[in-house]
Amino acid sequence: MAEIEVYKRTPAEQAMLKKRAKQSMKGQIMMFSLMIFLTLISFSMVVAFESGVAGFSKYFIVPMLMLFAAVQVGLQLYYFMHMSEKGHGIPQMFMFTGALFGFLIPLTFATIVWW
Amino acid sequence: MSSVAQKKGFGATLWDWLTTVDHKKIGILYFLGGGFFFVVGGIEAMLIRWQLHKPNNDFVSAGLFNDLITMHGTTMIFLAAMPILFGFMNAIVPLQIGARDVAFPFINSLGFWMFFFGGLFLNISWIYGEVPDAGWTSYASLSLASPGHGIDFYAIGLQIAGGGTLMAGINFLVTIINMRAPGMTYMRMPLFTWTTFVASAMILFAFPPLTVGLFFLTFDRMFGGNFFHHAMGGNTIIWEHIFWIFGHPEVYILILPAFGIFSEIFSTFSRKRLFGYPSMVFATVLIGFLGFMVWAHHMFTVGLGPTANAIFAVATMAIAVPTGVKIFNWLLTMWGGSIKVTTPMLYALGFIPSFVMGGVTGVMQGAAPLDYQLHDSYFIVAHFHYVIVGGVVLAILAATHYWWPKMFGTMLHEGLGKVTFVFFFIGFHMTFLIQHWLGFWGMPRRVWTFMDGQGWNMANFISTIGAILMAVGVIVLVINIIITSVKNVRVSNDPWGDGRTLEWAIESPPVFYNFPTTPLVRGLDTVWIEKMEGNEAGYTAAEPVKDIHMPNGSIIPLFMSLGLFVAGFGAMFRTETSWGLPVLIIGLAFTFVCMSARSLIDDTGYYIKKDELLRDMKRKGGQA
Repeated sequence: MAEIEVYKRTPAEQAMLKKRAKQSMKGQIMMFSLMIFLTLISFSMVVAFESGVAGFSKYFIVPMLMLFAAVQVGLQLYYFMHMSEKGHGIPQMFMFTGALFGFLIPLTFATIVWW
Repeated sequence: MSSVAQKKGFGATLWDWLTTVDHKKIGILYFLGGGFFFVVGGIEAMLIRWQLHKPNNDFVSAGLFNDLITMHGTTMIFLAAMPILFGFMNAIVPLQIGARDVAFPFINSLGFWMFFFGGLFLNISWIYGEVPDAGWTSYASLSLASPGHGIDFYAIGLQIAGGGTLMAGINFLVTIINMRAPGMTYMRMPLFTWTTFVASAMILFAFPPLTVGLFFLTFDRMFGGNFFHHAMGGNTIIWEHIFWIFGHPEVYILILPAFGIFSEIFSTFSRKRLFGYPSMVFATVLIGFLGFMVWAHHMFTVGLGPTANAIFAVATMAIAVPTGVKIFNWLLTMWGGSIKVTTPMLYALGFIPSFVMGGVTGVMQGAAPLDYQLHDSYFIVAHFHYVIVGGVVLAILAATHYWWPKMFGTMLHEGLGKVTFVFFFIGFHMTFLIQHWLGFWGMPRRVWTFMDGQGWNMANFISTIGAILMAVGVIVLVINIIITSVKNVRVSNDPWGDGRTLEWAIESPPVFYNFPTTPLVRGLDTVWIEKMEGNEAGYTAAEPVKDIHMPNGSIIPLFMSLGLFVAGFGAMFRTETSWGLPVLIIGLAFTFVCMSARSLIDDTGYYIKKDELLRDMKRKGGQA
C-alpha cells in the first residue's frame, strides 16, 4: 500500500524548472530548424547532381549525404529523445556498442565474404 | 501466503515449484536442470572416450560416434554450463546487490522453462533415433546434407533454449542496472555481479545472431530456403560467420561468470580485499568488447585471405592482456593473505595453472600460420577443454561447494569435497594434457576410430583413464550431496565465517523476501565492513520496516514454453505428415493465447504486511 505523497514545489524551484523548460524548448526549435536546413541541403545536392552541375559528382554527394544522415541521427537522439539529459549513460553505452558491432560486422562481411 | 513455514503435500509443493517466480527457487531449478544435462553430456563423453581407448574399436558405430560428439558439445555448452551458471546468477546476484528479486520475475521463470523445454526437445532426438550429427558448430555444408531429422532437432531445440537465454540475459541487465540497494554504486558491486552484468550484455549482443542463423538453417532444411545452398545462390561460409559471431562471445559468456566466482573465492579465503578491483572490472569489460572482434580466428583455414587472418590474429592475441591482468590480480590477492584452503579455494588454486595452460594454447592458435598446422587436430580438443573444463567446470564445482549453504542451507562435507577435487583435477589433466601431443602427432579430431601402429594407442588409453577419474570425482560429489541432504544439518548466515558480500548477511537459505529492510551499502565488501565494525546484524538497514510488494507465482511461463515445444514438432513433421501443420499452428496459437492472457489479466502481486515482517524478525531474534 504505497502512500501517496503530495509534494509542493517552492517558488524558486518552480522558477528554475520553468527556466529550464524554456531553454530546452529554445534548443529544440533551433535544432529542428537546423535539421530542416540539412535536409534541404541534401535534397539540393541531389538535384544539383541530377541536373549535372559541375563539382557535384557521385563520389562527393554520397559521402556527404551519409555524413548529414549521421548528424541528423545524433541530433534526433540528443535533442528530441533527451539522450543529453542525466541518467542516460547506460542506454548510451549499449546503443554505441550495438552501433559499433552493427558497423564492424557488416564491414567485415563486405570485405571478406562478399568482396 | 504466510511467511511462516508450513508442511505442504506433494501436489502443493510440485505446483509451487512449477509456478514459482522466486529467483532463489528458479536458481535451484536451473541448477537441477543444468545438473541433469551435465550428467547426460558426461555419459556421452564417457562413451566417446571408451570408443577411443584402443585402436580399431567397434564399441560404437561411426554414425553413432558423430551423434555422440555433436550432442556432447551442444549439451555441455547450451544445456549444462550456461544453465548452471544461470542458476548461481539467479540464486546469488540479487542477494549481492541487496534486491528482493530480479527485475522481471515472470520473465525469469519463462527463461527457465524455455531452456528446459528446448533441452528436452534436443534430447528427444535420442528417443526418436535421429540425432544431430554435424558437430556442435553444425557447419551448413554438413548440416544441410545430413539426412533424417537430427539437425532439425538441433535447430529448433536451440532456438527455444536460446530464446530463454536471451530473456535471462536481459533480465539480469535490468536487475543490475535498476535494483541495486542504496549505496551500491557500480564500483562497489562484487565481482560476480560485475561479470554477470558483462556476460548478460554479451548475451544481449551475441544471441540474436544465433537466433538469425538458426532460423536460416531451419528455413533451409524445413521450408525450402536457400541461404546456405551454394548451388542456389546461397553461401555456406555465411553460416560459419554467423555461428562464430555468436560462438566466440558465447565462450566468454561462460568464462566471465567463472572469473567472477573465483574472484569471490580468492578474496573470501585469502581474507583480503580483491587486489586491483578497478582493474578487474576494466579487464572484464574489455574482454567483453574484444570478444566480439575475434570470431574469424575459428575460420583461419577457410581462406579469408592473409589480411583478414592477420587482423583477427592480432585482435585474438590482444585478449591475453586483460586476461593476464586478471591472473596477476588473483595471485596478488593471495599474496600476503591469510589463506584458508577450503574445497572452493582448492578449486580456485587448481584453476589458475589449468586456465593459464588453456589460455597459452589459445594464443598459439591465434597465430594464424601455426593454426594451419593445429587446425582440426586433437590439439584443438585439448585447448578448448582446458579453458572450458579448467575454467568453467572448475568454477561450477567450486561455486557448488561455496554457495551450497546459501542455496540449500546445509554445508557439503569438506573431506568428500576435497576427494572430488583430487579425482576431478588429476583426471582432467590426465585426459586432456596428453591430447596436445596427440594433436602434434597428427591425430585429427572428430574421428570415430584410429588404426594401430601410429603411436597413438598409449596416449588415447591414458586419456580414457583420465576421463574415468573425472567421472569418479563427479560421483563422489553426488554422494556428498546425498549425504548432506539426508543429514540436513542447518547452518548459520555466514557458514564460511569469512563472507564479504551481502549474500552472507542473511540467513541460509534466505527467506522468500530476502531482506526484511533494504540494506545500506557503505563500500566494497559490505558485510566485511559491517563485521569489522562489530555490527552483528550483518547489514545496516537503509529504511524502516515497511510493507513489501511481492509478485504472484504463475503457471503461464510453463504453458508458453510448452506451446513452443509442441509447435517445434509440428514444424519438423510439417511436410511428411498430415498432422504436422495443424500441430505447428496449434502450438504457436497456444503460446499466443498464453501471452494474451498474461497481458490482459492484471496481476498486481500482493503485499507482505509490516506486522508479519516484525513477527518473522522477532522469531529469528528469539532463536539466535
